[in-house]
Amino acid sequence: MKPLPLPRLSPRWAPYALLAPFLLLFLVFGLFPLAFSLYLSFQSWEPTSGLAAMHYVGLDNFAFALRDEWFWKSLANTGWLALASGLPQHLVAIPLASFLHLGFKRWRNAVVGAYFLPYITSSVAIAILFSSLFSTDYGLINLLLALLRELPLLGALLPAQAVDWLNDPDALKPAISMIVFWRYVGFNVVLYLAALQTIPPDLYEAATMDGAGRLQQFFHITLPSIRPMIFFGVTLSVIGGLQLFEEPFILTGGKGGSDQAGMTAAVYLYRNAFDFNDFGAASAMSWLLFLVVALLTWLTNRAFRPRAR
Amino acid sequence: MRLAARTLVGICMSVGLLAVPAAAQQSITVAAFPAVDEIVRAALPAWQQLHPNVEVKVVSRELNDHHTAMTTALSTAVYLPDVMALEVGYLGRFAQGAGLEDLARPPYELRRYQSRFVPYAFEQASTPAGAVLAVPTDIGPGTLLYRQDLLAKAGLVEADLNGSWDGYVAAGVKIKAATGAYLLAHARDMKDILIRTGIRPGEGMYFDKDSRPLVTTPRFVRAFELARAVRQQKLDARVTAWSSDWSEGFKRGGIATQMSGAWLAGHLNNWLAPSTRGLWRAAQLPEGAFAAYGGTFFAIPRLADAANKPLAWQFIQLMTLNRARQLAAFKSQDAFPALLETYDDAFFDEPLAFLGGQRARRDWRTAAGRIRAVQVHKQDAFAREVIDTELDKVLERGKAIDRALADAQRLLQQRALR
Repeated sequence: MKPLPLPRLSPRWAPYALLAPFLLLFLVFGLFPLAFSLYLSFQSWEPTSGLAAMHYVGLDNFAFALRDEWFWKSLANTGWLALASGLPQHLVAIPLASFLHLGFKRWRNAVVGAYFLPYITSSVAIAILFSSLFSTDYGLINLLLALLRELPLLGALLPAQAVDWLNDPDALKPAISMIVFWRYVGFNVVLYLAALQTIPPDLYEAATMDGAGRLQQFFHITLPSIRPMIFFGVTLSVIGGLQLFEEPFILTGGKGGSDQAGMTAAVYLYRNAFDFNDFGAASAMSWLLFLVVALLTWLTNRAFRPRAR
Repeated sequence: MRLAARTLVGICMSVGLLAVPAAAQQSITVAAFPAVDEIVRAALPAWQQLHPNVEVKVVSRELNDHHTAMTTALSTAVYLPDVMALEVGYLGRFAQGAGLEDLARPPYELRRYQSRFVPYAFEQASTPAGAVLAVPTDIGPGTLLYRQDLLAKAGLVEADLNGSWDGYVAAGVKIKAATGAYLLAHARDMKDILIRTGIRPGEGMYFDKDSRPLVTTPRFVRAFELARAVRQQKLDARVTAWSSDWSEGFKRGGIATQMSGAWLAGHLNNWLAPSTRGLWRAAQLPEGAFAAYGGTFFAIPRLADAANKPLAWQFIQLMTLNRARQLAAFKSQDAFPALLETYDDAFFDEPLAFLGGQRARRDWRTAAGRIRAVQVHKQDAFAREVIDTELDKVLERGKAIDRALADAQRLLQQRALR
């Protein structure tokens, strides 16, 4: 018996059929939540009363969000953390990538892999690990600080007592920034390494023949050549930094820490919805946050776009 | 071969016939959290005797996950259980909406049974409009647990501890000097109990009935002052409840007293600090304060399957109005009964080995009758966080109390009417 021919997809419908799985998932998990949160931001809703309990309140939620001290506080926290964790990522990743590019040939992939590892590690594992590293009395970080304190000159610069990293509002932000930096620096190294490999070696050879040193080559060849990648990397850091959620959320037990020092805008809007039952305000805040992200992305674009000569 | 095939068909048919009555069997779903889930499971044999054809499915989640899941289920009316266990803090939030069945109405008419429950617990489930949204099953009468041995070392007696709040702090100074132990785990505990005492009828903890914040009233000022006094005299261990330092403090005798629900004695005995058995005693809270720490309720979601509601109601009655079930939960899980007719049981008079043979359940029974219900407000969770934050600033950074409370008042005003 001849096997039955498989049903053939006509070329006319093939693109639609092949795109359908993505479109369907995007509709359900991408577009619908977006549209629903936009709709919710104009509603007042007591969620436990069911979907029928929504009523239209116009711009009330936006007005409340703009007057809310905690919203501004959370935005300030977000800005602080984005800057303190984002800027060092690039300042370290670019020279590091450059060093790996020049200094390693055979072991390069293994070293890059080691730097990339934190990026693919589960956030929960990271949070547990760092909670114990940051422990006040038994943590390795305070232990290290205690050892360094013994040194003659450096010791004077360090805090005199064990730092309560996770409960002291002044220490919590640096602690979170350190984790975010540690987690994403490897990702940026990979980006910059990819960009470095596209620079033609002849440029360096010509520069060497012209008598340019390593430092001059770095500033006049390497940096200008990877500028598009810097734009890409910084844009990702701006967006990721402003949406920072996982690390502070897990590290502070979902609360945002003492004096809300670790409460980013994303954590605050989550709490507004699920802890304080205010889905309307939470949705309004998420759209305000979107405006901030869009504005800063645009500014990044302005700063890095190719200039007319 | 043919015979085998025929046998197979026969078996299938008879299984099919047997399956018909099984399919007709009804089932109800009960969503709960530990240890309420255990209490529900323990009641299933009794339920099966009454309703042999009704299966009870128990869906169990961790406390916070359970309430998040219930919020989602109520908001979308999908995967609603027939019976929902609720912790008192969340009941207040859920009571703001219209998601729970009003059990005061027919066919339930819960008010007929009102006199059988501890008054404050029943009131907690009632709304100002007269609806009753849940049935209390267990309560948490507040108590002052203290280390008898540390007190004796400091030359103190129980009355020194629970006469007045100032006396309590003064006793703490002596305990610290004589034994090195802290008076309590965290200065925040002091604030938490003091803002719960002296609430006027009709007032909530943070808001009055017209949603005006109450956080600049003398009740809060005194709570903050005493918390600050505790911190300034270094009488608190600065550890939060349920942390590992907290349980370690109990194990090593580093913490001399703890104000909590009566159920904490059970936790200390079972896993927190079993080695300290016999060293603890329980007393009423200082200055005649009576407060509740936790409590569990059962509710029926309004949009749950209507066909199952009569059974759900019967199940709740079994859990809450049945003396034997209430006592069983008390004996196995330290779930202090909300049903008054259990209160004459001999179990209340039994000495507790963990408390050095003290018959503490009698005191807790007295406390249960003296606690008053507090009006809940939609923004209580937010208010609690604001107050905790301002207290931290007072304790850690020396912020002036009147400024801290004024700042809290302003934040709560902004949000009170949302």
